[in-house]
Amino acid sequence: MSVPRDRGTRMKIVPTIVLALGGLYAVLPLLWVVFAATKSSEELFTTFSGWPSFNGGFTGNLSALNDYGDGRFWLWMLNSLIYAGGGAFLTVVVSTAAGYALAKYRFTGQRLIFGALLAGVLVPQITLAIPQYLMLSEMGLVGTYWSVILPSIISPYSIYLCRIYAGAAVPDDILEAGRIDGAGEFRLLWSVAAPVMTPGLVTVFLLQFIAIWNNFLLPYIMLADDSLFPLTVGLYSLLNRGASQPALYTLVITGSLLSIIPIIALFLFLQRFWRLDLVAGSVKG
Amino acid sequence: MTVNKAAPGRRGTASAPYLMTAPAVALFVVFILVPIGYAIWLSLHAMRVRGAGFGIRTEVFIGLENYLDAFRDSALVEALGNMLVYGLIMVPATMGLALLFALLLDAPRVGGKRYSRITIFLPYAVPGVIASLLWGFIYLPAVSPISAALEAVGLPAADFFGDTSIFFSIANIAVWGSVGFNMVVLYTTLRAIPKELYEAARLDGCTEWQIALQIKIPLLRPALVMTSVFTLIGMLQVFSEPATLRPMTNAITQDWVPLMRVYQQAFVENDVYLGAATSVLLAAATVLLSLGAIGVFRIRTNRSER
Repeated sequence: MSVPRDRGTRMKIVPTIVLALGGLYAVLPLLWVVFAATKSSEELFTTFSGWPSFNGGFTGNLSALNDYGDGRFWLWMLNSLIYAGGGAFLTVVVSTAAGYALAKYRFTGQRLIFGALLAGVLVPQITLAIPQYLMLSEMGLVGTYWSVILPSIISPYSIYLCRIYAGAAVPDDILEAGRIDGAGEFRLLWSVAAPVMTPGLVTVFLLQFIAIWNNFLLPYIMLADDSLFPLTVGLYSLLNRGASQPALYTLVITGSLLSIIPIIALFLFLQRFWRLDLVAGSVKG
Repeated sequence: MTVNKAAPGRRGTASAPYLMTAPAVALFVVFILVPIGYAIWLSLHAMRVRGAGFGIRTEVFIGLENYLDAFRDSALVEALGNMLVYGLIMVPATMGLALLFALLLDAPRVGGKRYSRITIFLPYAVPGVIASLLWGFIYLPAVSPISAALEAVGLPAADFFGDTSIFFSIANIAVWGSVGFNMVVLYTTLRAIPKELYEAARLDGCTEWQIALQIKIPLLRPALVMTSVFTLIGMLQVFSEPATLRPMTNAITQDWVPLMRVYQQAFVENDVYLGAATSVLLAAATVLLSLGAIGVFRIRTNRSER
């Protein structure tokens, strides 16, 4: 920002407008859902949907959503939190240890492990989902929380990011000094490397949290009991029912709005902790 | 990357990296490696009635028959065609817009950058299913604000679920959700480039466009490769957008894209064997396409560096 600007500081009109249009494109559907959630079922089909209504539609929708299946919606939200929060936390633990080991040690089989993990990024989820379903069904885990959490923990991409970040952020001489002081290897990981890696780990947690929160295919395949559904599958099932009962549309719309509020809040709140240069693979040591 | 010192020679430390990678390796084996092997195994088998008896079905090895069936499956071929048309819209639009916005964010004298960066990134946090619901309602004739606005000025309502427009409608949902992430990745890469590189070019009288085309884009190439490969993988795995829109329109069949076809085979027609074969084919296509994309970019980079 402090770079001297030798050609004046007047704002350029066209680029500014193009960028603002991009922002508008991103925000309008979100604005629409806010407006639509303020309308009762009758208003939804009769009033202009580019403007909110103020006839108590929102509170009506909210209580209807609250009553739906005895608070099913809140259960879905809680489930999403459990899947995304629990899964992402376990991913971070597993990936930190693996990424640190891959970055900071030389050991036989290292290249094989790293190469295999990287190749794992390319395997489509559906190819894994069918055998995973059959295997977890053998173990009696299909239709439980574990059937969604367990396959979500292993994230080759998270391990890759942790390896890059450990390589860039953890200085070798501090580790050496620790060893001379007699610290064990796991102690070094836990009390030297992990604290230094925290900004990167927050990013890994967020990326994985969003990935699991947004996941549809895995819970859709694994779960049949709607009390275990995450929001994505729950709202989808609601819409499917709504195809024959348009009155359910308002529930789907209000539910969609409420389901994106927590994740957008988390997202904006943690914005300054994001290290997306990490994602681009351009962390400088 | 970092310089790695020789492995610590003390006793007890040699096992540390193995113990640290053990949970990841174990999970990788159980939830990725074994499932791949299992999928391949399944794809080579089928349930067949043995002998002349009634209904005694056993799992038998049938070689590549499932793969031949998959190739002959007209629904799958159609689904692949749909996916390609969708991808031809989605991939260039996503990458083009992401690159454009990233360059604008990095250009001097552009206003409202902070607001634009956050808002364009925001849809990334919206789940694909929810994004599809939002756009689905915006497309739905009865509630569409776009149709309402068009009618208000005397134009005919737009048909978002037509034979051709459906591809744009679905691609738009994916573009909306993924431009922001790619933009931020590209923008962060741009910010890591030393500013002195541009100063010299500016003193030589280069315009911002020349700087973008001749300095920034070539330096962005590795990040462009990575984001393009992820976008391509996303294209091959498109599922939740058409699946969510299906209750709203007849324009989307139950096996509109390959993943929907696989789901149909494995979980509706209960033929996990055929489903596995189709999904293995998709996995192979993903790997080939990704390696191909990386290869093409490598060749170009080498050529331009000569």
